[in-house]
Amino acid sequence: MNAVLKVEPKTITEPQVLLQVRNLTKLYGQVTGCLDVSFDMRAGEVLGIVGESGSGKTTLLNCISGKLAPTSGTIAFNARRHGLKDIYALSEPDRRRMQREDWGFVHQNPRDGLRMRVSGGANVAEPLMNLGQRHYGNMRQSTIAWLSRVELDLKRIDDKPRNFSGGMQQRIQIARNLIHNPRLVFMDEPTGGLDVSVQARLLDLLRELVRDLGLAAIIVTHDMAVARLMADRLLVMKGGNVVETGLTDQVLDDPQHPYTQLLVSSVLQI
Amino acid sequence: MNEISEIKIDNKPPQERYYTYAYLDEQTKRMIRRAILKALSIPGYQVPFGSREMPLPYGWGTGGIQLTAAIIGPNDVYKCIDQGADDTTNAVSIRRFFATVADVATTEDTAKATIIQSRHRIPERPLQSGQIMVLQVPQPEPLRSLEPRETETRAMHAYEEYGLQYVSLYENISAYGRIAATAGYPVMIDERYLMSPSPIPKFDNPKLDMSPAILLFGAGREKRIYAVPPYTKVRSLDFEDYPFETQTWDEVCALCGSDTSYLDEVVLDDQGNHMFVCSDSHFCAERRENGHLGPLAGHSLAQKSDDSNANRVLQEGIAK
Ligand SMILES: [Zn+2]
Repeated sequence: MNAVLKVEPKTITEPQVLLQVRNLTKLYGQVTGCLDVSFDMRAGEVLGIVGESGSGKTTLLNCISGKLAPTSGTIAFNARRHGLKDIYALSEPDRRRMQREDWGFVHQNPRDGLRMRVSGGANVAEPLMNLGQRHYGNMRQSTIAWLSRVELDLKRIDDKPRNFSGGMQQRIQIARNLIHNPRLVFMDEPTGGLDVSVQARLLDLLRELVRDLGLAAIIVTHDMAVARLMADRLLVMKGGNVVETGLTDQVLDDPQHPYTQLLVSSVLQI
Repeated sequence: MNEISEIKIDNKPPQERYYTYAYLDEQTKRMIRRAILKALSIPGYQVPFGSREMPLPYGWGTGGIQLTAAIIGPNDVYKCIDQGADDTTNAVSIRRFFATVADVATTEDTAKATIIQSRHRIPERPLQSGQIMVLQVPQPEPLRSLEPRETETRAMHAYEEYGLQYVSLYENISAYGRIAATAGYPVMIDERYLMSPSPIPKFDNPKLDMSPAILLFGAGREKRIYAVPPYTKVRSLDFEDYPFETQTWDEVCALCGSDTSYLDEVVLDDQGNHMFVCSDSHFCAERRENGHLGPLAGHSLAQKSDDSNANRVLQEGIAK
């Protein structure tokens, strides 16, 4: 009869921007953590934040990843549930849920990123449980798939993290932070404490995963070799300021700022 | 047996006693009652309270005793069990304590009790409306073994983030092929708060669900009180493919033949002989009185068992 065809309103095309940082400043009393940082990130992009210790890169990472409220400025993230919203304008439960659903965080020290009292397998499966999955068999399968993807011996799935080497622990941490299909992964010196050979293999793996999954990632590192290998774009930080930014190849091959020139020359010649 | 005992120490009215009625001072009792009321209005939520020093060590039931002291009155009939039995040392001491300081009648009969304090069990006989079950709790926080930070577990309760609790069940299945956890098995209260019913066996978890009685939980050392009001939904956590199940036994109670009660294994001698008997000593005795006989009812140990309790006799048996 007079059936009304309900036409769904055309979904607004998602803004390409995944993360939008504007005038981000963090002061610790008189001391500057980071000063007036602004940048955009798009889906699938890998951003490297480089600088020495004390350059403000860790402060910046903590602010962006919701761990440390900035003194001023905004951090807007394009969440599945909320769209592009200032993460500190979300209520705490909403922000925590957004972090669970859309983010991963790979710590330098696996002890900070893993539960040392539960098995490697349960560590990898936990994000699924945090998102409400309640089918053991399905979660077990995903866990196995991810452990083989990060090239871990599946026979050791139920071993505690402490029984794994540093490189293996880092692989567990990576699987744990990718299993729930995040939109953005933070990595804080992900190869930091490892031997050079282990580091190289882990970097290969990370690069492969990032490429295959089209992951967006923010990698904080003091290691220009890691930055060159992983990042599409670089932010160079010194004394809380971003002193140079640009495509990785550009920045590393033709550094403009004297500090960047110093960083590049000192590391790449070794 | 089954008579309300007459352990009244003296007949003076409370105001003439030389100590405060029910041991705690009135201010403290009021404070605890306020915590109880809050706990009842937010089922499963852990309410902090100013736990007092009690004349017994932590871990012996200081939380439960403070709860009982705050709610008991001279007309109450008090039952206290430890591991299901009425006549274990701890249960006897606590029962005697309240007979002394609160002038109450005590009983071993679940049906006659108005307040039942317990450590590890909920009686087999279904609780009734008007009864209050007081449980002594060593660790009120079900997430503690997985998350040591109090700020974090508090946030998890506030925002209903309970994925972590499933990690322990997941670990169980990975290690044993089933959810092997037996005591302190986590439950959801009214689909809102995660709660540890510790330390009762998971066998007793279904008794919490829609119970007509008031269930109070007290942790003295951890300074927490929580509660389940009557007729509240209590759901034991599980996975879709590993549903919650309680312990079962192939045997029946050797003394009374019950096949529905929680059984304790009792070693009889050095030759490895053992038997299973009801952990709820009063339940077992009552059944035997009503003519129910288990396979070892004629056993010398069973015969020696007096009407009220098998456990004591069994313990003598072990000692021999
Ligand atoms: Zn029995």
